[in-house]
Amino acid sequence: MEYAIVFLPLLGSILSGFFGKKIPVKLCQILTSSFVLISGILSLFIFYAVITEDYSSNKLVFNWITSGNFNVNWSINIDSLTSVMLVVVSLISSIIHFYSIGYMSNDPHKSRFMAYLSLFTFSMLVLVTADNFLQLFFGWEGVGLCSYLLIGFWYKKPPANSAAIKAFIVNRVGDFGFALGIFLIFYLFGTMNYDEVFLKIPEFINKEISLLNNSPPFPFLGTAVKYIDLICLLLFIGAMGKSAQIFLHTWLPDAMEGPTPVSALIHAATMVTAGVFLVVRCSPIFEYSQIALNVVVLIGMITAFFAATVALVQNDIKKIIAYSTCSQLGYMFFAAGVGAYHVAIFHLFTHAFFKALLFLGAGCVIHSFHEEQDIRSMGGVWKKIPFTYVLMIIGTLALTGFPFLSGYYSKDAIIEFAYLKGSTLGYCAAAIGIITALMTAIYSWRLIFKVFHGKFNNKRNNLGSINESSLVMLIPSSLLAIGAILAGILFKEMFIGNDTEFWKNSILFLQSIQHDLMPIWLPIITPTIVVLSIPLSYYLFVKNEKFIENLVLKNQFLYNFLLNKWYFDEFYNYIFVEPIKKIGIFFWKKGDINTIDRYGPDGISRLVKIISDKAVNFQSGYLYHYAFVMLIGFSILLTYLILY
Amino acid sequence: MIEIGLGHYLTLAAVIFAIGVVGIFLNRKNVIIILMSIELILLAVNINLVSFSIYLQNLVGQIFTMFILTVAAAEAAVGLAIIVIYYKNKGSIHVEQISSLKG
Repeated sequence: MEYAIVFLPLLGSILSGFFGKKIPVKLCQILTSSFVLISGILSLFIFYAVITEDYSSNKLVFNWITSGNFNVNWSINIDSLTSVMLVVVSLISSIIHFYSIGYMSNDPHKSRFMAYLSLFTFSMLVLVTADNFLQLFFGWEGVGLCSYLLIGFWYKKPPANSAAIKAFIVNRVGDFGFALGIFLIFYLFGTMNYDEVFLKIPEFINKEISLLNNSPPFPFLGTAVKYIDLICLLLFIGAMGKSAQIFLHTWLPDAMEGPTPVSALIHAATMVTAGVFLVVRCSPIFEYSQIALNVVVLIGMITAFFAATVALVQNDIKKIIAYSTCSQLGYMFFAAGVGAYHVAIFHLFTHAFFKALLFLGAGCVIHSFHEEQDIRSMGGVWKKIPFTYVLMIIGTLALTGFPFLSGYYSKDAIIEFAYLKGSTLGYCAAAIGIITALMTAIYSWRLIFKVFHGKFNNKRNNLGSINESSLVMLIPSSLLAIGAILAGILFKEMFIGNDTEFWKNSILFLQSIQHDLMPIWLPIITPTIVVLSIPLSYYLFVKNEKFIENLVLKNQFLYNFLLNKWYFDEFYNYIFVEPIKKIGIFFWKKGDINTIDRYGPDGISRLVKIISDKAVNFQSGYLYHYAFVMLIGFSILLTYLILY
Repeated sequence: MIEIGLGHYLTLAAVIFAIGVVGIFLNRKNVIIILMSIELILLAVNINLVSFSIYLQNLVGQIFTMFILTVAAAEAAVGLAIIVIYYKNKGSIHVEQISSLKG
């Protein structure tokens, strides 16, 4: 069963990718979608087995690398954490496969698209079922590759290509840290298997890094650093890259150049949560490193706040949702950072449903508006596309944490746990969490009101041409809507109930946070804010647009600061891209063209040409010249023979 | 009166040989001159052979000379025939104009 879950998507990808031209496109789409669907249903069985009978297993696929004492197996490891991720990945992936059939119906490269999607699903499943860091890294790079391929899927659009390259390169920065972390783990523990590493962690708690064996603690970058801290920080850099945390987040909004199903699957529901998964998976290491946990909280809450502020003013429907994703990932990280790993995973779980739903809804909106993405040119269409409207409303309610929808349970739990942590950082995180929740509500409702209410603003299409999307897009979206409504209420007790029995050994809590000592106002404040923000946003964005316009005019600087995403891209351009470009041009013009080429291949060929130009003169065609040369040669030969 | 010895014969042969060789590649006029120069070279060799034959009291050299004369006659016949044909084809036997080897 486990083999089928992981390898069916690969099979679908191979069939559709290599034989896409031979088998009909419809068959391709149905094959890949149903393979992933089967894998999704099987993972539901696994999930059920894990819940009811504490199922866990570790199936060996093959020995991957054996070199001395370095042994890496390729295996399928099932435990509570994996089973949750399996369900999220394969179910959402199968829904999006079906959705893509409709969304990509006008695209000439359907089978290639399906092949990439399935390959992505396979890589993601490999990532979550790994039982060692190397296989994890394989999946990690696999999803990175698929993300690159899918962002650049419309390769004829230059922005898509540059966004794909940007995503790949920014991820390289994170992966560099991640790879170093893995090297350090192997150097220290001599193994890559989670179980063995986690078993040995307590022995290494207080060891500090030293470059020479048996030497006293060696200052690293000025201070002595504990091994554990260093490992955690390096792993977290990897997680930051993949999960688009602040400083390495710049690729995620640009990645929206890809097709919308890709944004839903990869850049909202699954791949970007791999970083959270990594931190939670490595909870037995992180738990021993207070410094790393504090960094995780800090980065998480800055990201949550930063992305929410930027989302407030963006005008591209997909970019708003992308920044929202970024912000929600920040929530997950600070949840993990305060030690509430299970809450982080719970939010990951619910977020996957409602964010994928929002993206699919956005896809429907974009389709209805005939490839229009700017929310300023939409509006007033809720009667024309009521079904999409309802889907988006459900997604937004769930995202903002409206009571009793899925986001309510997970987001509130994050804020509560951050508060209950009891440390200064925890209180900060809780405060940021509440502020961000307010901003989340405002930008989400802004999106809804701008898209569906107010006046119809589109110049390219008239109101009559706005149509509801096809059923093959709406049905998968409504499945997600059901998930977005029910995922919270159904799984709340199991994921974040008072006993953490469900997680067993997959997550380590050194000291579990007590959930009982909560002030009464805490669980009430966020939902109140969220509910109140709906009429507020309605007033601001529909009834009294003047107010916002005045606000923008008065705070032009702040508005531009937010609109330009805190100038991160410009800053990076100035700090990294431009100098590196200069260095590159220097090496290209001076190093490559003027040195290597000039004296290397070009020089040799020029030399050959000069010599052969000279040699051509020998071929005068006059007999007596040949005779003369013969004579000279003969004389030299004769002289040589006589003398020696 | 000086005695004419082997040295004089060899010198004469060498001079004729040199004239023949130089005639081949300093000649800018006529292919027939090249043919004649080759003839000269062969004759120079003949003189060498005959003089050594007398000097060494060995007849083989003179017999060889007879062969060479025969071959030279045949070669001259073939060479002249080629030149005639060449002239018929190209209308000229000027050495300067024979450069089709250049390609």
